[in-house]
Amino acid sequence: MVSGLINANPVVYEKKERRQRPASIPDADEYSAEAIDQLEVFDHVRDIKDPEHPYSLEELKVISEDAIEVDDRRSYVSCFRVTFTPTVEHCSMATVIGLCLRVKLMRSLPSRYKVDIRVAPGTHATEAAVNKQLNDKERIAAALENPNLVDMVDECLAPSYA
Amino acid sequence: MDLNDEGSHFELKEIQTLSGHTDRVWSLAWNPATGTDDTQPVIASCSGDKTVRIWERSALTRSWDCKAVLEETHTRTVRSCTWSPSGKLLATASFDATTAIWENVGGDFQCVSTLEGHENEVKSVSWNASESLLATCSRDKTVWIWEVMPGNEFECASVLQGHTQDVKMVKWHPTMDILFSCSYDNTIKVWAEDDTGDWHCIQTIGESSNGHSSTVWAISFNAEGNKMVTCRKHISTLTGYHDRTIFSVHWSREGIIASGAADDAIRFFVESKDSAVVGPSYRLLLKKEKAHDMDVNVVQWSPGENRVLASASDDGTIKIWELATNST
Repeated sequence: MVSGLINANPVVYEKKERRQRPASIPDADEYSAEAIDQLEVFDHVRDIKDPEHPYSLEELKVISEDAIEVDDRRSYVSCFRVTFTPTVEHCSMATVIGLCLRVKLMRSLPSRYKVDIRVAPGTHATEAAVNKQLNDKERIAAALENPNLVDMVDECLAPSYA
Repeated sequence: MDLNDEGSHFELKEIQTLSGHTDRVWSLAWNPATGTDDTQPVIASCSGDKTVRIWERSALTRSWDCKAVLEETHTRTVRSCTWSPSGKLLATASFDATTAIWENVGGDFQCVSTLEGHENEVKSVSWNASESLLATCSRDKTVWIWEVMPGNEFECASVLQGHTQDVKMVKWHPTMDILFSCSYDNTIKVWAEDDTGDWHCIQTIGESSNGHSSTVWAISFNAEGNKMVTCRKHISTLTGYHDRTIFSVHWSREGIIASGAADDAIRFFVESKDSAVVGPSYRLLLKKEKAHDMDVNVVQWSPGENRVLASASDDGTIKIWELATNST
């Protein structure tokens, strides 16, 4: 990593208290009628580590429960929209954070869920370009064949036992 | 003709599901020389599992089987595959930046040539009608034209620059040596050769004026070659039918446009004989929801049989369908 961090002094917030959820059946049928809600999606992503700082995306308020929306316009397709807020406007780590969110949700949610990821409007200098890349399936697939990028993502996704 | 009869009811019947790939299936192609008279239909499919599979329908059982797995050649995702018009060669484009050419030598598919040159992922490959030229395109923003020489030799004839972003697909016009390319830069470019043998861009079809700008994923021509359909997140004449990315469109000989999208659905459109509208307009003939369990990446009509379609998906499967009518 280069010596100059994009944001050397991020604001760190307190983590939201975790609600106790009923234990889920380990071998739950992928097509069970049990719908996944915003909180469950948030639980999957809140502990992702920021690529540059030893804090989670939740602690840096990059992601919050309210920033996850269910899109239920189509009955036959289940969609979520995840909006994240980079800590600074020129954050070059925005695409990496977006990629981490995508990979974590890909590995955690049943495959029938569609996920759209975007930066919070007005929070990034090249918002349209970042959003376009993060939602281009072909580009994401190619990026995930890049071992360096995958290592970076896995680092952010690795659980920390601090 | 039942396509114009709005009282006709259509249904998409599932004939068979072809499983075997261990990752998403990005694309497929029907071998144009098969599926008619005494030859059994053959399909090539390509996948994120880095392989290409050849499927053939058995004459005896009418069931599709996997005849070959073309592996250990591409080192990354194989993104697209296409047969030459004679059906003798198969070209496969890969994220490993190469395009491989395969020939069926006595039942065994062998890689007879590897085209190198693109700087990164090759996204699409297309043969011209006379099989004298091959085109490839890549995230490196260029389109390459290759001359097909004797002995399975390929020579780069031109490197076309002009797109400002990732080029997603290339397609030759069905009868003329005019090449179309579509891109992440939201445009479609048309390329032709001049009298001195130089290739250049003769037209750029820009973003639609309705304010929606998005990547153009695919192009298909009608049988006559005088109309072209393209797909992106919103098709301007068909707005409202899709709001998730449309990855593939294919125009049948009969004039039915099939589309496959990220909402797991396959849709069919036909020209509407609505006299109140000036110029051609299209109507939705049928929507098949949950055609696959995940995104539909490609739809291709069979060249041999009427109203038979193949589709492939992120769910790793290929499905063969028949568009049937039951007029009431």
